[in-house]
Amino acid sequence: MTSNKIYVDVIAEFTKDGRLLPISLKWDDGRTFEIQRVTDIRRAASLKAGGVGTRYTCIICAQEKYLYYEGNSLWFMERAGA
Amino acid sequence: MSDRTILHSDCNSFYASVELLHHPELRGKPIAVGGDSEKRHGIVLTADYTAKKFGVKTGMALWQARQVCPEITFLPPRMDHYLRFSRMAQEIYADYTDLSEPFGCDESWLDVTDSVSIKGDGLRIAAEISNSVKSELGITVSIGVSFNKIFAKLGSDYKKPDAITTIYRDEYKDKVWKLPVKDLLYVGRSANAKLTKLGIGTIGELARTDTRILEGHLGKMGLILWSFANGQDDSPVKVENTHAPIKSIGNSTTTPKDLENDEEVKIVLYTLAESVAARLRENGFRCQVVEISVRDNELLSFTRQRKIRSASNITKEIAEEAFRLFKENYNWRKPIRSIGIRGADLVTDNFWEQLDLFQNIEVREKQKKMDTAVDEVRRRFGFYSIQRGLMFQDRALSAVNAKEDHKVHPLAYFG
Repeated sequence: MTSNKIYVDVIAEFTKDGRLLPISLKWDDGRTFEIQRVTDIRRAASLKAGGVGTRYTCIICAQEKYLYYEGNSLWFMERAGA
Repeated sequence: MSDRTILHSDCNSFYASVELLHHPELRGKPIAVGGDSEKRHGIVLTADYTAKKFGVKTGMALWQARQVCPEITFLPPRMDHYLRFSRMAQEIYADYTDLSEPFGCDESWLDVTDSVSIKGDGLRIAAEISNSVKSELGITVSIGVSFNKIFAKLGSDYKKPDAITTIYRDEYKDKVWKLPVKDLLYVGRSANAKLTKLGIGTIGELARTDTRILEGHLGKMGLILWSFANGQDDSPVKVENTHAPIKSIGNSTTTPKDLENDEEVKIVLYTLAESVAARLRENGFRCQVVEISVRDNELLSFTRQRKIRSASNITKEIAEEAFRLFKENYNWRKPIRSIGIRGADLVTDNFWEQLDLFQNIEVREKQKKMDTAVDEVRRRFGFYSIQRGLMFQDRALSAVNAKEDHKVHPLAYFG
């Protein structure tokens, strides 16, 4: 059974006021997506993927997607349609 | 004086819920956290609600649990995970009050009296906390809302999971008095047996019993229980952040060959101490008691412990104390099969104590820095990247690693 928790490579920016913002991510099929905008940042659990972290609500290709920062230098996403 | 508003928040099936969050594929199936299913021994620490329906209970041996529930999946405990979730829950509580008293790693009392005027009444705060925990941590809590700690705790037990129960002053006679007396905090097995003998089965009956009778049979505790039953509990929610939410951290190993002399024991003790001390540091704990356990090759075993001068998570201090304990207590009549170290009576980094005139603070500081440096090297390059010289005297013995094979002991209920 494939997991619905997909760890992804992320390029992120540490801003000078101490925030961490993702810039782009590489999905598990190798495609890279630019994050156009982050609309919300909060701590949240992902029941679908099974994990907890800082949840970034990202606009990617005009769609809203959740990207989670787990706090251990790892980023994950939920597999769509899971 | 007007009533206080006290909440008691209890994470439902805490270990199991955290595991289920991380194992979406197991949700809705019976699981239990506990033991080591590879080695086929151990007990159930927590069962999820599905397993509980089959009759799986905390404290059962794994094989017993399997008997009542053949479908059950056992998951090994991952205490570091649970401590992380415990800390995150505390952060949520901290949004509402600084008066928070943890009781184990999954329960807390909160005095929100001063937040009521800003955030709304106790019920409203409880609902907000419950929602935050659900969305941020992915687990559920049961919360009791009352005017004292005892009834708040009763309230969180009243309805589970994911529920809020109020037990206000005008409600407790209806809600609490019909409950069996053993539900009351501090009524253990023996007090319950004595009360049963007196014909007291419910909390209401306890509340209406003559205090002289109770004092005669249960001593001072009888009076305390009577006042609890009548809602007279003034004990404050203690701002208590110096005690660790767990009891001890330990590590033991059965060595690849029997140990036959002090030098071999020393190698193993130092290896174990390294992992115990590293875990203490990782979680920001220090121990005040060092304990060793020794089992000889005829499986006769004993434990010895001692309070150390000042709380410590310094590898060298813990290892030396363990070795000293061993030297004082073993006569080498038989070779040793397995050996273990535990750091107990844990305190957090907020704990302060009188400095010892006869201890060199500078040396301790240096050792602390050295441990931090070693931790950092190991984090980046692996456990074996840096070793004590001692370890090279017997590679087979010093290879007992250590960190993966650790034990963390939860706080006892009536500890």
